[in-house]
Formats: sequence, C-alpha cells, structure tokens
Amino acid sequence: MSAAFSLDFKLPRADFELQIKLDLPASGVTVLYGASGSGKTSVLRCVAGLERARQARLVVAGEVWQDDASGVYLPTHRRPLGYVFQEASLLDHLDVRGNLHYGLRRGGGAAAQQTLNAAVALLGIDHLLARQPAQLSGGERQRVAIARALALQPRLLLLDEPLAALDQARRQEVLPWLETLRSELQIPMLYVTHSADELARLADHLVVLGHGRVLAAGPVQQVLAAIDSPVVVGEDAGALLQGRVVERSAEWHLARVAFDGGALWLRDSGLALGLSVRLRVLARDVSLTLDEPRDTSIQNHLSCVVEQIADDAHPSQALLRLRCGSAVLLARTTRRALHNLGLQPGSAAWAQVKSVALVQ
Amino acid sequence: MTIPEPTLQAIGLTLQLATLTTLLLLVLALPLAWWLARTASRWRPVVSAVVTLPLVLPPSVLGFYLLVAMGPNGPLGQLTLALGWGLLSFSFTGLLIGSIIYSLPFAVQPLQHAFEAMGRRPMEVAATLRASPLDAFFSVALPQARGGLVTAAILSFAHTVGEFGVVLMIGGNIPGKTSVVSTEIYGHVEAMEYGQAHALAAGMLVFSFVVLLGLALLRRGGARVLP
Repeated sequence: MSAAFSLDFKLPRADFELQIKLDLPASGVTVLYGASGSGKTSVLRCVAGLERARQARLVVAGEVWQDDASGVYLPTHRRPLGYVFQEASLLDHLDVRGNLHYGLRRGGGAAAQQTLNAAVALLGIDHLLARQPAQLSGGERQRVAIARALALQPRLLLLDEPLAALDQARRQEVLPWLETLRSELQIPMLYVTHSADELARLADHLVVLGHGRVLAAGPVQQVLAAIDSPVVVGEDAGALLQGRVVERSAEWHLARVAFDGGALWLRDSGLALGLSVRLRVLARDVSLTLDEPRDTSIQNHLSCVVEQIADDAHPSQALLRLRCGSAVLLARTTRRALHNLGLQPGSAAWAQVKSVALVQ
Repeated sequence: MTIPEPTLQAIGLTLQLATLTTLLLLVLALPLAWWLARTASRWRPVVSAVVTLPLVLPPSVLGFYLLVAMGPNGPLGQLTLALGWGLLSFSFTGLLIGSIIYSLPFAVQPLQHAFEAMGRRPMEVAATLRASPLDAFFSVALPQARGGLVTAAILSFAHTVGEFGVVLMIGGNIPGKTSVVSTEIYGHVEAMEYGQAHALAAGMLVFSFVVLLGLALLRRGGARVLP
C-alpha cells in the first residue's frame, strides 16, 4: 500500500536544498508540518507540478507523475489532483457556479455532475452558486475552492494551509467541513499547516519538516509520542489519544472518554454519546505515582508501564513514554523524582492526568 | 456644406489604417506582453527597451529608418523586391507597418501591466483545474486582463489616428493612398486653406477628447490598468 504513494525529490532553494523521500499511506490525511520556511509548501507545489523538482520520482495511486530517470513528467493539468491554495484562489471573472464548472468542463469524469452536487452539499454552498467571489466571506471562498477541487474526483487532494489566511472565527467555521471531508471521503489528502490545532484535529499521518529535510514521519500518534526526538507541536510535547464518549455526567458536567488503555473525564462540552473524539494530553500535565492515587483532587489516573525514558531540554528533567493498553502518554518529571521512585523502563506506575484538551 | 472628396478619402483611409493597425497590433502585442510579464529571461530588459523605443523617439527618426529599410537599397526593400511585391515605401502596406511599430508600446504596456497585476496564481489555479496553458490563457488570462485589452485597443486606435511624422515620412501624403487626416491638415495649412484645416483639426480634437473621456469612464467603471 505504501508503494502506491511515494515522493523522492530534490529542489534547490535560496537558503537550502529541499530533499524529500517519503512513502505515504494511500488514504487518510497526511499533515506536512513545519515552521514557515521549512519547505512544506514547496513539497506540495512539486507534487502538483507547479514547481519542477529535480532528480524526482513521484508516484501517486500507483501512477507515475514524474520520473526524471526515465523522462516522465506530467504537467499540472494532466495530474488528477485537487489543489486548495492558501488564499482566495477563485477565478474572479467567474461566479461561484462558473468556478465549480471550470474544471468539470475540462476533466470531469462520467459522474461529474453527481460528484459536483455531492461536493456542493458536503460543503454547504448550494445557496452561494449565483454569487461573485467578491461577495463571499473568506471562509465561504475556501469552501467553494475545496468543493471545486473535489468535483474533479482527484486521486489526491493537496491543501496548502487552507485556513491560514482566515481569522480565528472563520477558521472554526471551515474546520468542521474539513473534518467531514476526512471522515466521508476516501481521497488521500496532503495537508500543509503550521497550526498545532489543525494538526491535532485532522492528521492521521504526520510528516515533520525542518530546513528542507524530513525530521519525522509516521502515524500521528506514534510521531507525537516519540520522545528521543520529540516533535513539539504547539506549546509542549504531548500525546494524542483517539477515544469515544461513553458516559456523560449531568451532575458534574463531565464526559468520560474511553480508549484502549483506560478512560479520562473531561469537561462536557455537549458531546454526543458514542462520538469518536481526539484528546491531547501534554507531557507537563502528567505526573507519576507508584500506587494508585487516592484522596487527590486529580480525578484521572491511568495504570501504565514506563516504556522509555529520555533527556528533556533541561538536565534536571526527563521525558517519559508511558504505555496504557495500546495508547501512549508522555510525562515530564524531574530526574530526582525518577531516582526516588526507582522508575526504569518496564516499571509499572500510575499516571495522573491533570488536564485533558479535547481537540475534536 | 459638402465635404470635398480628398477629405473624405483621408478620413476613410485614417479609419481603415487605425482599424487594421489595432487588430494586427493586438495579435502581435498579446504574446509579446505575456512574455514580458512572465519571463525571467535576461533578454527581457532589452526587448522591453526596444518595445518602448517608439514612445520616446521622434516619429521622424522612426519614419526615416523605416523609409531607408523599405527603400530599394534597404533590407526590407530588397526582400519585397525579391518577392516581387514591389516597394513598401509610399504604399498603404508600408504605412501599416510603420503604424504598427509606432503604436507598439501603446498596445504592449497596458496588456503587460494587466498580466503582471493578475499574478501567477490564476494560471496555477487553472492548471490544477485541468486547463492546458493555452486553454488557460484564453479562458483565464484574457478575461482577467480584459481591462488592459480594451485600453490597449483604444490607445492603439487613437494613437494611430493621431500619428503624423511616421506617416509623412513613409507615406508621403499621396491622396487616396497614403494621405490621412493628420497629413491632410498639414496640406491644407501649407496651401493656406485655414477653413478646411480648422474643420479637420476640430474633428480630431473632439475625437481625441471623446476617446480619453471614454477611457476615464471605463477606468472608473472598474476596468483595470492604464499606462
């Protein structure tokens, strides 16, 4: 499956040379994460053929898009992709309907109109069809751009920071549509962002870039839980848990989210029972005890095994990877505490989780 | 008052020359402006300077070199003689070539500015929507640069109508063949026919004003990019 989607190329840039070699899953959302200037947008542009990478071999869904060794190069318009640009990219001489039909007239398949209708419904833009791009809000424009890309039934959907140009409110307006896309469609997506929030909510697979190199790549939970070269996303290193809402307490306004390895209480924000959610637990919010804690104000404890201990930024501290069932948590403690508790890889312990953030 | 035959002929010829010049100029200027707006070639400044040259050169200089080139000893003249077309100097075709060169910057610059203002993004968007570069040029670049296109056409037409030096040098003011309104006015003044010169001159004045007014209104109405 991994062979179906692979990138391998070089691209000289002003300050460094981009060197990318990746095998990506043929489904789900792969987030390309990195600081600005790390080369993530260039990767996307090379995949789309908007920039021409060198010594490249690019295979998508088993089809060779570029192979410089054998002289294969599909120009952008021959690549069955969908591309959503960072800022407004609607063709402003056409109305919304004209934009949606522009690609369809040129490369829509047999079920094109049907696909378009589905995309329009999926993104909730049917009431905007007769409008001009200038009459749309930033969030609406991006939804139209996404629908326009989807209507072409792409083999691969490329999204270049689609929310970056929007303010916080608009971002929250578009994010749920992207989550819908992720759960409803089978199209693999390559999603460029430097937002920790978007990463935590959307990523199935994570590629971290820095100065044109791949720093880490793999399933998102795994990459975030690697402590020897921790990927700090947002304010601190932390683990991502996938769980399901199993209980809601009306008395305490709390909801219980269970995952393989335990369950955590968190503030009830009106989640439906049975809903699949993602939780983020930062390393600094997890402490350890040897016995199951009682008489503590911290309500969330999980039985776990210390899997790995690594150095943290400051020599007084250590970063621990804990296994709870199939889930992984990160914890930060002082070296002194580790010594006093006698914790080593393989030790059983209890993790006290002080704070849990719901990301979805 | 009846309009004398030579005057009518001059007006007809002027309109014919301006129309043909505008049409041919647009065909020539579109790819040229596109190339200038997009290329990273080191020849760009050179080409840009050559295209702009007619803007600053005295028309008589331009006319003089064209006359020499089209003459029996010029490269163009030898070519046309060899092809059996005769000489282009003092002919309508010669006038047309001169007009096209003379008004080239007026067609290229508005288009180039419009293409530059558009940026690369619309063409990239079109490519990701399966449009080939040629298809995208006609379905995206041209409609988005329509303001520049209209401006280029109007300016080319008006500038050709108003040209004098080049026409005089190449065409030589032959009635019915190369005599246009501006040279006709000159002829009237030479012959001390101030009344007829007035009528034509006033006509030119009104025409020019209307064209510029139209352009200004167009610009206010949202059409983009004037030089």
